[in-house]
Amino acid sequence: MVEKRKIKVLVCKPGLNGHDRGAKVLARALRDAGMEVIYTGIHQTPDDIVNTVIQEDPDAVMLSMLSGAHNALCPIIMEKLKENGINDVLIAVGGIIPDEDKPFLEKHGLKGFHGPGTELKTIVEFVKNNLKR
Amino acid sequence: MDYSNLIDQLFEGNPRAAARLITIVENDIEAAEKIVNNIYNKTGNAYILGVTGAPGCGKSTFISTITKIFVDEGKKVGIICVDPSSPLTGGALLGDRIRMKQNFTLENVFIRSMANRMQLGGLARATEDAIKILDAYGCDVIIVETVGVGQSEVDIFKSAQTVVVLLVPGLGDDIQAIKAGIMEIVDIFVVNKMDLAGANRKVADIMQMLELNKNFVYESQEISKNLVKMKRWTPQVIKVNSKTGENFEELFKIIDIHKNFLESTGYLENYQLNRIKSETLQILKYKLTKKIEDLVNNSDKIEPYLEKAMKKSLDPYSMANKIIEFLGLE
Repeated sequence: MVEKRKIKVLVCKPGLNGHDRGAKVLARALRDAGMEVIYTGIHQTPDDIVNTVIQEDPDAVMLSMLSGAHNALCPIIMEKLKENGINDVLIAVGGIIPDEDKPFLEKHGLKGFHGPGTELKTIVEFVKNNLKR
Repeated sequence: MDYSNLIDQLFEGNPRAAARLITIVENDIEAAEKIVNNIYNKTGNAYILGVTGAPGCGKSTFISTITKIFVDEGKKVGIICVDPSSPLTGGALLGDRIRMKQNFTLENVFIRSMANRMQLGGLARATEDAIKILDAYGCDVIIVETVGVGQSEVDIFKSAQTVVVLLVPGLGDDIQAIKAGIMEIVDIFVVNKMDLAGANRKVADIMQMLELNKNFVYESQEISKNLVKMKRWTPQVIKVNSKTGENFEELFKIIDIHKNFLESTGYLENYQLNRIKSETLQILKYKLTKKIEDLVNNSDKIEPYLEKAMKKSLDPYSMANKIIEFLGLE
């Protein structure tokens, strides 16, 4: 019998992001939507994140960025994921992402860009509708 | 589905293959059967350490510290952390990795979080299979962290060679220490957070429960010899500080003594035998329950008996016997 497949999501804060109220609220919302959510805590290096993705095999990764370093960190993370052959995982970034940076990040394969004021159910639906497997 | 590619990669020590296989056994029990079938003869090399204890007693921090020591010894370590699923939504928040940020590399340490998906007993259904996958992946040590347990989640006892329970000062008195359940399955009692007041009292309570009159400072060689002679393991008690690593050297001595004890007394074989039995039993229960539920809920075979039961001319025990007959299990 095939049990109902659970959506597994990784929520993490890359780099010097230390403010994680938003990430915790998001983790809680995804949990309440019936997903299995791994929260890694703050100050994750790109290598930490890629290792975690390899070991936990999540369906989606939510990067929470408030520090302004998204243009520097996100491409590194995407590059390292690609190096490891990871191409069937939804990678989203949210937090404080200025509009003018979105095309650059999109070009690197990132999605989402949910900022302050986004309704939680919008993000839950976004995850459900953009899974790659 | 053919998993031979992934399994080949697993044997080569590819962490992505290990991770994907664990995902598959978590989600699909029929696939789990095929996978275990193909890797089983490559398992049995890992030492399995179970870590259990109440929520917040420091299991994840403890595991992080102990893993560091295993890694420094040159061992490859697998960690499986089980956290609870929500009974309302089925969702889960898996937060054990937060405490395990010691810059472990991908080569040395494989950490996997697992939701228990409402299975009772402290582990997930797929935990046993995940242990086998990490074993075949080449881990020398596999540490299994149970969900934060209460008093009777004792499944870890069937899977692990050594079971460590973590206790903290200030929770419960000597009566808690003599209750049945989890306190009976433990090989090593660890009083964590030894810097807090009451740590010595906690150690004393446990030792009293174990009727140990030995001094807390033990002579490892002596104990080892005595245990082998008695052919019976006396649970050991030690206090540690997981944050500073204080007393972990002594703890490792005790773990080594327990390992030697298992090997030299034949207990290891006993453990392996029991593990196979209990696993087989669990699988049988799962499979037979499915068959029985199908028979009771969807089969017209038992219609006539149901009618009789409604008229009170047949009782549920007799009906159960009929069903056993149908299954050919008499």
